[in-house]
Formats: sequence, C-alpha cells, structure tokens
Amino acid sequence: MKIGVVTFPGTLDDRDAARAVRHAGGEAVALWHNDADLHGVDAVILPGGFSYGDYLRCGAISRFSPVMEPIIKAAQGGMPLLGICNGFQVLAEAHLIPGALTRNHELHFLCRDQKITIENTNTAWTSSYKQGEEIVIPLKNGEGAYMCDDETLAMLEGEGRIIARYVGENPNGSRNLIAGITNERGNIVGLMPHPEHAIDSLTGPSADGLGFFTSVLKALVK
Amino acid sequence: MALDTVAQAQANPETTQPFAELGLKPDEYARIKEILGRRPTSSELAMYSVMWSEHCSYKSSKVHLKQFGEKAVKTDALLVGIGENAGVVDVGQGYAVTFKIESHNHPSFIEPYQGAATGVGGIVRDILTMGARPIAVMDPLRFGPADAPDTRRVLPGIVAGVGGYGNCLGLPNIGGEVVFDQSYLGNPLVNALCVGVMKHSDIKLAKAAGAGNLVVLYGAKTGGDGIGGVSVLASETFESKGPAKRPAVQVGDPFVEKVLIECSLEIFAEDLVVGIQDLGGAGLSCATSELASGGSGGMKVQLDKVPLRDPSLSPEEILMSESQERMCAIVEPSKIARFLEICEKWDVTVTVIGEVTDGKHLEITWNGELIVDVPPRTVAHDGPVYQRPFAQPAYIDQVAKETINVPLAKSDAEIKETVLKLAATPNLADKSWITDQYDRYVQGNTIQSQPDDSGMIRIDENTHLGVAVATDANANWSYLNPYEGAKLALAEAARNIATAGAIPLAVTNCLNFGSPEDPGVMWQFAESVRGLADGCLEMGLPVTGGNVSFYNQTGAVAILPTPVIGVLGVIDDVRTRTPMSFDCAGLDLYLLGDTHEDLAGSEWAYMHNQRGGIAPTADLQREMRLIELLVAGRTKKIFSAAHDLSQGGLSATLTEMVLRHNVGATITLENVGIALVSETPGRVVVAIDPAQTAALTQEAAAQKITLTKIGTTGGDSLVINGAKISLTELRKAHTETIPKLFG
Repeated sequence: MKIGVVTFPGTLDDRDAARAVRHAGGEAVALWHNDADLHGVDAVILPGGFSYGDYLRCGAISRFSPVMEPIIKAAQGGMPLLGICNGFQVLAEAHLIPGALTRNHELHFLCRDQKITIENTNTAWTSSYKQGEEIVIPLKNGEGAYMCDDETLAMLEGEGRIIARYVGENPNGSRNLIAGITNERGNIVGLMPHPEHAIDSLTGPSADGLGFFTSVLKALVK
Repeated sequence: MALDTVAQAQANPETTQPFAELGLKPDEYARIKEILGRRPTSSELAMYSVMWSEHCSYKSSKVHLKQFGEKAVKTDALLVGIGENAGVVDVGQGYAVTFKIESHNHPSFIEPYQGAATGVGGIVRDILTMGARPIAVMDPLRFGPADAPDTRRVLPGIVAGVGGYGNCLGLPNIGGEVVFDQSYLGNPLVNALCVGVMKHSDIKLAKAAGAGNLVVLYGAKTGGDGIGGVSVLASETFESKGPAKRPAVQVGDPFVEKVLIECSLEIFAEDLVVGIQDLGGAGLSCATSELASGGSGGMKVQLDKVPLRDPSLSPEEILMSESQERMCAIVEPSKIARFLEICEKWDVTVTVIGEVTDGKHLEITWNGELIVDVPPRTVAHDGPVYQRPFAQPAYIDQVAKETINVPLAKSDAEIKETVLKLAATPNLADKSWITDQYDRYVQGNTIQSQPDDSGMIRIDENTHLGVAVATDANANWSYLNPYEGAKLALAEAARNIATAGAIPLAVTNCLNFGSPEDPGVMWQFAESVRGLADGCLEMGLPVTGGNVSFYNQTGAVAILPTPVIGVLGVIDDVRTRTPMSFDCAGLDLYLLGDTHEDLAGSEWAYMHNQRGGIAPTADLQREMRLIELLVAGRTKKIFSAAHDLSQGGLSATLTEMVLRHNVGATITLENVGIALVSETPGRVVVAIDPAQTAALTQEAAAQKITLTKIGTTGGDSLVINGAKISLTELRKAHTETIPKLFG
C-alpha cells in the first residue's frame, strides 16, 4: 500500500511520517507541494511543521498548493487523508473538516507527552485502537486550540466525530478537549498531537502512535 | 554621500574618515593605510572595521587561544580542526559529526526574541556550511536573579526566540542549561550549540579556488538589519543607552532558513560547490574575504548585483549588513545551471555576484567603479593582535581566605528542609516550563533530551549509532579559580556524556567573559584557556573550535567568568544507553566517588550568599577512570540507571532521579549535612539490580573508584535517614518555582 507524505516548504515532520508508514508496513511516497500528481498513492498524510512559515494563518497558503487540488478531490471521493498538526490546520483551511485551530491559550509553544483517549475507532485512521483506549503521544504546537461554533460542536459530539480527546488538564484551550476530529465519512482525520513521533519507545514516549498508520493500511486492504 | 572609489582614495589621500566611530583605534587605521599604501575607501574601511572587531578577529584572545594548537591532542578522530566554520569529528561507520557553540549575548539583551532566534540561526548555518545536515540544537542560558524584573523581561523572550526559531527549523532541542546569578543581570548569556552529521566525503570548506569559478549569493535578500552589529554590539560595553541600538540587532526568518537548509543539502548532495561560507557576523565582508583567503586570494564581486530588501542601502551598508539566512557558494560554471535549478525548486533567491580570479586581490565594484581592492587575508586573518595586560585580581586571595558558613542538616526535619529547599531553588528547580517550549521530538531520532545528563541523537537507524552532547560551566568555581573551573567544567561535560555510557570524543567551547581591557578579567580568561587546554590534553580530547565573547559586563561590573564547555561523545548502540533514572523498585543505589567538604562555589553556599572559599581541584586521571567505569557499566549491562552529581550535590541528584519515573528511594547517609549538599566533583549515582553487585564491585575496584552503597529504590517517598519526603511534596517543590516566576 502506498501512502503519500506531502512536503510543503517549511514542513518538518515529513521524514518522521514516512518512517511511521514504513514501520507500520506500508510504502511511503514523497509528494511535493508543487507537483499536482499523486503518483498513484492510496492515502495521503499532511505532516506537521510550519508550512510557508505560518506567517499568515497556519495552513492558509499551503491549502492552495498545486498538490492540494488532487488531494482534496480524492479525499472527497473517499481516499484516506490524515492531517497532523500543521496538516490538521491545512485540512481546516481547506474546509475538509469544520472549525479552526487557534493560538494555545497560554500563548506559547508547548511540547509534551500527552495522554489522549481514542473516542471513535470507525475511521480509516483509528480502527487499530479500542474504543476509549488511552494512549500517550507527543503534543507540540503553538496553535493547537480547536475552535468552532456551538452548533458545529454539538454536531461533532452528536455524530461521534471527535476521534480523540485530551485527558486531564486542557493543554491548549481546545473546545471540549478536542485533539482530533473526522469528516462525516470517516476517511479524513485531523489530529493535533503527533502519532508519528510515537512509533517506538526508543525515540518517543511510547509506541502508541503506530496504530494510526496500521489502521489505514487495514482500511486500504478491505 | 558620494561614492568613494579606489581612484578617489588615491586622489584624495587626506580625507578625514570616521574610523573611531566604526570602532577602529588610530594605530589600526594607520595599519590599514600601510597595507593598502593609501587611505581605505569608505567601503574598505567598513570591511576592515567589522572584520577587525573583537568579535571577528579575536584580537584580544588570539595569543591565548593558540594554546589549543600548541597543546593539541594527537588524534585521528579530528577531520577538520580549528579555523573552519566548525570542527568535524570522525564518529565511525563513515559518519562525521560537526558541532559548535556560539554566543549571542549582547543582541539578546537588547531584543531578547530576535537576539536569541538569530543566535540559533547563525550557529545552524555554521554547521550547514560544513556540508552537514543539522540534527539538534542546545542552548546554555544565563540570567540575572530569577525574581529580578529585568529577568522577567528577557527570559520569556529569549526562550520564545530559541524555540520559535529552532522549532520552525525542525531541529530538536536536546538540552542546555538555565542558570540564574546576580552577575548576569543586565548581561544575560545566550549560547547556542548545533550538531550536524554527514558522510566523510561530504565535508565542505570555505575556500574560493579555481579561477573562473562563480561567486553565488543565495538565500534571503540583503536589508538594513544588523548593520554594524558586530563592531557596535559585540565589542563594546553596555552603558545606559541600550534601546538606541535596537536597529543593529538582526531579525530572523526561520522559514527562509529551513528552506535554505533543504536547498543547500540538495545542492551538496549533487556536489555542486567548490567552497561555501555562510553570512553571519560581518556579512558579505566576512564571506567574501574568508572565501578569497581560503583560495589563492583573487576574487571579483559586483556588489550592485546583490539583491536588496531596501534599495536605498549604500555599498558600505551592503558590505556590513548582517541580514540573516544568506549563503555564499563558489560554483564551477559547468554546474551553475543545476545550482540555479535547485534554488528555483525551493524558491530561493540566487544571484551570481562575481567570480574567482587568478589575482591576489579581492576587488569589489559598484556599477562598474572599483570601490574595494584589498589583499583578502589582511581583512580576514591579519587583523590586529593585542597582548592585553593581565594580572591576578585582588579578590582571588580575599575569597580564598573566606570560610563557608552555612547551616548543615542534622535532624530529620533539617534533612527534609534542605532537600526541599534545593529542589525548589530556581537554579535547580524543574525547567519544563522553559524546555517544553522547545520541540524535542522532530526528526524522530531523539534518544535523550532535557532533563537527561546529555542530549543523545541516533544518527543511523539501521546500526543504531548515536552521538551525545553535553554543555557545562560552573561559573562559581571559575570565579574562585578560573584554571580549575575550566577543567572542572570539562570534566563535568565529559562525565555527563559518560553517564549514559557514551564515549567522549571532542570539545567545543564558548568563553563568556567581561571586558578584556580589564587586566583582572583578562587574567580570568587566560587562566580559563590554560585550564581548558591542559585539561583537554590530559583527557585526550581535541578542541574542535570555539567562540569568545568579551565585554559581558554592565558598567564596571563583569559577569562571572563563564567558560561553557561542550563535549561530544559517541555511542555504538543507542538502545543500550544507561538511562538517567530507575523505573522500578528493588534496585540498589550506589554512589561512585568520594565526598569531601566541598561547599565553596556550591549552590547551597550561593543560596546562603556565600561566594568565597577554595574551589575543588580537578583530578582528571580519576575522572577518566570514572568514565571508563561508566562506559563499562553500560557495555557489560551492569547499570540500570546512572546520574551525575553536580550543582546541588547528592540532594539534587536524588530528587531528579526519584521524580523522573515517580519511583521513590530509601537512602542512608553518614555525615548527612555534608553528604547532601557538598559538590565534590567526579561523582555519579548508579542503580543496579542486586545480582550485579559483584560485577559493579569488580569494575569499581579495577578503576580505583570509591563505591558506597547508599540505599534502594521503591516506594512513594524519598526517605533519607529518618526524613520522609513524599514524592508529591517533592514534585510540588521542584515544579512550582519556574512557572510561578515566569508563567
């Protein structure tokens, strides 16, 4: 199975995401922001970083990159798409998922090992987990506070589209402790913390993050 | 101002020039005239003034620094030594590692965020320039008292700047130091270290060889920021006019640097450059004169081709500008097309600004008129050398006579009070509020980071080869005895590498001192360099490079002498490293090394306003045996955990160990008052499975290291003799301090 990993100028976690795909047993394919060809990939990851320096709203420029056009089209057709951190912000800017990510409530960058619960295991990216499973993966961002209007929040809650929630103290001011959400169809997931940094306990706080990548490989086999 | 050309300099020899305002002394100005056989043009004057500044020319320190050459260690591990952008060390398996530390102290006082950010940016470009992929950064920081208003002003900005730039570059921050002391109020120290890795064959040097090769400037456009930063900022003491110098602080754009890194690595991978130099302090003046000096000397540059952010800049300003994120490469004409193509792929601005000639002079033109015509070595390397007078300051004998008078714990209540006080004091308190603002995970190869003894990065995913880096300085000891202080800092940094079981390989340094015009400060500097050079020779560790920062003082008051020593080590398999702490009950805890009544310069003494006494003497032979023991403990799988003792002594070490994985310990200590707070160097606490007792005893005996069993792990408290401190209470004390001050 071929999983595309997009590099925008300023993307930082692309090599980590590709490594995580390989650890899970998939083939990672590098996709370049300026190349509108998906090179036959079965799923796409938008990794973390500071694309275009994030000097405008995070993800606001990347969203218009040539590579995003076929990605948006394919994802609307059901292709699994995961946006991590800056990738989550790109998904929001592209309106593939509702809401927006804003500055952390304490107004500075925060990097820590974060406990989250997996609350929806019916997406392309979470089926390897058990409902309600607690995992620890790194959280690292400056603009990770998930915001949306009350109506959207009620919809997300009502439809079970919150796929992961922070446990304990709210690290960044996200509404309802939201760490990640999915679209209606469950093929697109936006996630603020970083599963690609938790694929073994040697370099991460745990191997808990690997499940996101094994999940998509399973989903693709089906 | 009309353009000042070489022709005009010849025609109007008597023109008055503002050399003093540019920081040049009359004799230095006379020397420039002697070199050129005429007065310099204003552009030449600008170049000489920045390149002959203290920061660029090391004019006060050179005579001392040459000891690093004279006492050089004979080693095959050093692939590139002092003098290039950064030293390069062979770490085996065909890999070479480069690392260097630099200061950005003065800019960070004036503009904390940008000062710190561009400090990171500058050192990262130095590492990139060697042909290496930067893989990690570290930042030793020093501030005034934690509760001082100015510390509240500078610390959050400096921390945000280090994080803001490093995080955006995708470089894990794997360690550093945060130290508070009165002497840094008004002169914080921001040192930044970067580590990079490459294959041996990929090493690049700053040389412009081959007539006809092109001089290529790529990266950010040149603006008015940082003009005169070098000469004005780094070489002059702060008076009361700080903010007025704000325009001389550079402004960084980490996004541009990230793109520049990836673009450069792609260019290097295709072997498209003959030589390369980054633009840092002294900007184009430095890059062109150093590149030309590295070759045969001949180079022609059309300065009007330099892409500008501000079209009103004069040629002098363009030569002096310290705009960040710029690189200068020497490229063969046959390879320029591919070079330009890669820059275009990354949207990096690139301009051919000149070519290498077979002459001996660096010639710079502005719209066809010759404005610089100099032998480049005279700019880059033949700057003035000062024999600054130095003499042991009077305080040295005075403080040596002072006896330390501090309370020492006897009762259980006093033991508990001592441990909690040390856990909470700003210098020893948990620094997560600071380090959590840095990304330690990016690149996915971080094995250790703060608060571990050293940072450790895996450099090969298949063989598990890794490197470890630690930085240390103990300014309190350096104040009492700068010779021993430098040796002790070296020993501590090496020990911090070895506790994980890595083998120390090479040394870098960042020597932060007051004004070299003060003979007492100059003596501190000379003694520190002598101590470091002697120490490195004795320990067999080559010095790969370093940085000197003078004029760290406010008015007449100098900072404590602060030689920050960085040590790089190698570990053949990162999976086998010895962790800093234990995560289970039932292990035995041993103290390696003897404990004496070493209170002088200790944190406990500092907390009681006692700055005097006699600093410990470094026993480097014993330190080397201890390192052997620590490495053997890893390779023979004896240790479950090992943690260095330094500031705060055994009390601080035990606090950090029990809190790391929330597993307590029960400890029994004789002479508990001294045992808790003494800072005798060369000590480590190790945890072992009781089954390893014989192996540990044997190894310790073989290395003649004193071994004392001090307790066992387990429980939810730190119990010392009869004092019981719950981990909850200890954690509260340890973690509350910094957020309360700065959160």
